[in-house]
Amino acid sequence: MSTRLANGGRLLNKARTLEFTFNGKRFKGVEGDTLASALLANDQMLVGRSFKYHRPRGIVSSGAEEPNALVGLGEDARFEPNQRVTTTELFDGLTCASQNHWPSLEFDIGAINAKLSRFLPAGFYYKTFMFPRPFWKHVYEPIIRQSAGLGRAPRDRDQDSYEHFYAFFDVVVIGGGVAGLQAAKAAGDAGAKVLLMEQTPHWGGRAPVDGGTVDGQPVDKFVDGIVSVLETMENVTLRRRMMGAGVYDHGYLLGYERVNDHRPDASGPRHRLWRIRAGQIVTATGAIERPICFSGNDVPGVMLASAVRDYAVDYGVSIGDRTVVVTNNDDAYRTAITLKKLGLEIPAIVDTRASGGGALAGEAIELGIRVENGKGIARVKGKKRVEAVEICVQAGEGAALEEIRCDAVAMSGGWSPIVHLWSHCGGKLLWDEEKAMFRPDVDNAPTGADGQGFVRCAGAAEGHLDLADVLNGADAAGKAAAQATGHTPKRSKVPVADNPKEAGIEPVWLMPQGAGVKLRMKAWLDYQNDVKVSDVQLAAREGFESVEHAKRYTTLGMATDQGKLSNINGLAILSDALGQPIPQTGTTTFRPPYTPISLASIAGEARNETFQPLRKTPMHRWHAENGAYWEPVGAWRRPYCFPKPGESIEDAVQREVKATRDSLGLLDASTLGKIIVKGPDAGRFLDMLYTNMMSTLKPGRCRYGLMCNENGFLMDDGVVARLDEETFLCHTTTGGAESIHAHMEEWLQTEWWDWKVYTANVTEQFAQVAVVGPKARKVLEKLTDDDISAEALSFMGWTDVTFGTIRARVFRISFSGELSYEIAVRASHGRAFWDMILKAGAEFDVTPYGTEALHIMRAEKGFIMIGDETDGTVIPQDLGLDWAISKKKDDYLGKRAQERRHMSDPTRWKLVGLETLDGATLPDGAYATAQGNNANGQRNVQGRVTSTYHSPTLGRGIAMGLVLNGPDRMGEVLEFPKVDGTVMRAKIVEPVFYDKDGEKQNV
Amino acid sequence: MLILTCPCCGVTAEETEFHGGGEAHIKRHGPGSSDDEFHGYLFEKVNPKGVHFERWRHANGCGKWFHAARCTVTLEVFGTYSAQTTEPPQDIKDRISARRPGWSWREFA
Repeated sequence: MSTRLANGGRLLNKARTLEFTFNGKRFKGVEGDTLASALLANDQMLVGRSFKYHRPRGIVSSGAEEPNALVGLGEDARFEPNQRVTTTELFDGLTCASQNHWPSLEFDIGAINAKLSRFLPAGFYYKTFMFPRPFWKHVYEPIIRQSAGLGRAPRDRDQDSYEHFYAFFDVVVIGGGVAGLQAAKAAGDAGAKVLLMEQTPHWGGRAPVDGGTVDGQPVDKFVDGIVSVLETMENVTLRRRMMGAGVYDHGYLLGYERVNDHRPDASGPRHRLWRIRAGQIVTATGAIERPICFSGNDVPGVMLASAVRDYAVDYGVSIGDRTVVVTNNDDAYRTAITLKKLGLEIPAIVDTRASGGGALAGEAIELGIRVENGKGIARVKGKKRVEAVEICVQAGEGAALEEIRCDAVAMSGGWSPIVHLWSHCGGKLLWDEEKAMFRPDVDNAPTGADGQGFVRCAGAAEGHLDLADVLNGADAAGKAAAQATGHTPKRSKVPVADNPKEAGIEPVWLMPQGAGVKLRMKAWLDYQNDVKVSDVQLAAREGFESVEHAKRYTTLGMATDQGKLSNINGLAILSDALGQPIPQTGTTTFRPPYTPISLASIAGEARNETFQPLRKTPMHRWHAENGAYWEPVGAWRRPYCFPKPGESIEDAVQREVKATRDSLGLLDASTLGKIIVKGPDAGRFLDMLYTNMMSTLKPGRCRYGLMCNENGFLMDDGVVARLDEETFLCHTTTGGAESIHAHMEEWLQTEWWDWKVYTANVTEQFAQVAVVGPKARKVLEKLTDDDISAEALSFMGWTDVTFGTIRARVFRISFSGELSYEIAVRASHGRAFWDMILKAGAEFDVTPYGTEALHIMRAEKGFIMIGDETDGTVIPQDLGLDWAISKKKDDYLGKRAQERRHMSDPTRWKLVGLETLDGATLPDGAYATAQGNNANGQRNVQGRVTSTYHSPTLGRGIAMGLVLNGPDRMGEVLEFPKVDGTVMRAKIVEPVFYDKDGEKQNV
Repeated sequence: MLILTCPCCGVTAEETEFHGGGEAHIKRHGPGSSDDEFHGYLFEKVNPKGVHFERWRHANGCGKWFHAARCTVTLEVFGTYSAQTTEPPQDIKDRISARRPGWSWREFA
């Protein structure tokens, strides 16, 4: 069993006890524990079930690479699934629960899958859920969804806050082990502005656990010393609990700081996402120990040798009383020696190397530990806990030589440098045959804007496993990074390290080398995804030869740990199956983030009101106070209608239309785009932008215009007013204000840059009110002495008018078919003017109306709406707008495109009105069916509805639509099937339903 | 995320401050052009591996369009220059030649 030792625990403060619960059971830990060490101290080795076979799984590592020990952490608004116990600091009151089992961790029905494992090989889902096709949706999908995913998603809204932080440094060092500390010191000494981040709460990395000396003192003393020096340096920023999450183009770097995870009651953000620009990045991210693939290597109690050592030294926890160490390198001997010195039993060190280890092996033998060279583990015995191992010859097929009773196995398959951050932005890797590892190819670094490398590596991340090499390389990397950012490194001596000389590693990808299929089917490569040696070999046999394909077929290296433990072993097995060297197989792509980061940290402060700023017109408050039912239009909120108490939305809209047509309506049109185009070439420029002629427009007059893109498609429309000889005011749609202004600027700056034109988007500088209805002139005449008679201000004219003290520009234009004035005043006068009209209009029963009434009135008049009648594939000719396309102009944007064959095709669908036979309203977007089926077996179609409303004016449904040969088919009846299976019938009519001759707007 | 320098206002800024606008140095073909010319102008954009010329707009800054010469493989930026030109300036071409001898792009080399 695992237990807390009487002595040891470098990182603990045993004086302070912390209470926590796991699956409802109360446990005690101490300050300084991780959740993993505290669980192990309480003999809770079993922490979860594997994804596919629901096998019992225990803690296997002591760090970020942990694949098994994932828990749901916290409760309610603080619940978070899939949290690694190895990186979770214990705090008082922590609650957590294991995942992926039912009904309980100890007894899990899903474990039946393990019995069926020979029927669940690699690619099982792909092979099983293919046929028959009709089963996809209702049979297979529910099955797959039921078994998918580890932890469950949180239900409650996250109660914590998160923030982004922008930072700029010359040199950022990722990893606060001895390499990172030395690199930061070297760069800092040169005067560079340095950030050093460490993902754990402790400086020094794993070197203090591994032993050796620096400058004659123990490593932890060296660490204390260098940290205290760095803390005094003003140009160096130190951050613990901060992970380098990803390296991106041109030195962009994400740092993920877990500010308050370990003290949930503290104030401030929980996580902080640092968005960093670094001149140079030094990755001192260390290395990850590899497991060894032998049968039963997933039984709880089998652990990485380094993790066993960490728990003993850092947390005073023994994983078992009798630990068998199995290794192919010297490093694991440190674990054996450490445990032995703590008084624990090491029944044997099983070393696969026939020639045995170096100095450390000698030390182990001196301590009386039995060392078996050239041997391996054939299989582990035990289900929820290691009970014994069978020893065999590594070169053989796994015949048991001897069974050794033990309750823990410490394994080491060698070390893999953490090359993730080096690789994120394109750093290349080399296969180092001697060290059996992929390490950074330092001559092929990720390059920045200047074409020079901007990432360097230090320490084990660079491939150095010897302490002296680590410190020398780190010092050089720190100095080089400082130099590359324009600083002059100081000449300083590198601290001198002393460490036992190690014998070389002999790679072991399968144990024993000739393991038969029975052993291979229990030799796990990827613990999290239940991928075995036999699965990868099957994938290779079935033709998934690319490592990326094999990954996706077997799920090797997927999910939350992204194969930190499994990737190298997996691609080695794949290479062997394909009979090719490892570098030829290569690695899968390393993608950010290094370990999962919270979605909330990515969102940062952008939640609720701050997610997107809301645009408000000057009259917004009046709308809100008068019961506006809002419609989002871009970032604006516009009133859809103003329902009275007890009135439905539909009734309110119908009332607003009627009141406007009968007497007087009022619309807040302030969101309409307003762009000033000015200059000697303004007319010429607008002639290119609009399909019709704008240069001939007289000052004081307005003209409706269409704007197409260079593809010929209609993109915006609006009324252009000529203010003076050189100045035009272009109205755009609400949504088009910014994009049309950008469109104008693009052509002015990149094509006609010699034309003398200036544009300004003045949308927000003006409030605009449409005063609409038969009483419109009457109400305005009450408010001004200026002449706004039909003669002085005729239809499609504009003039300056003063209303009391408010100066206004009055455009006599109509989007409703009524007598209508659109009145622009300074934004600061908008609300006052709105109130003035409301007061003066009381006697006419003035009725503010919203966007839906606006839509109905324009549809009754057959006016198109950008986004309804157009969808990016419609040209003006489709909409019967040929009258607005100048025949006199040589050129305008879209003209050439509209001459293309498809654009002039007479069978393009064209705009018509649609009148249902029974007066009902057609569904929006409904299609008119035609005879026969298309190649996909779907009904042929001959048209579709683009706008459809119930018209209060006509008391019936009206619609517009695009129909094949529509204008030539007046009176024909089309069929529109509805989603409920019934069919509506509608007659093709003219698109203008109301006041065809325009008598109402022309009074 | 790239860092670019706007040649108009001189600001060096994050990619989020800019907006990409596709290939640079495209010649507009309007009415009177052949179908092939017009098709080429609208749709035939190059997507080279290596040296590329692009349009960018300093959208969240001075609002001006400019051109960038860039390597699409290494993301090296050879330089940015005014959009108000029909071909890359000589100093930009020289800088590319120094870094990528023998380069060519459309009719430029």
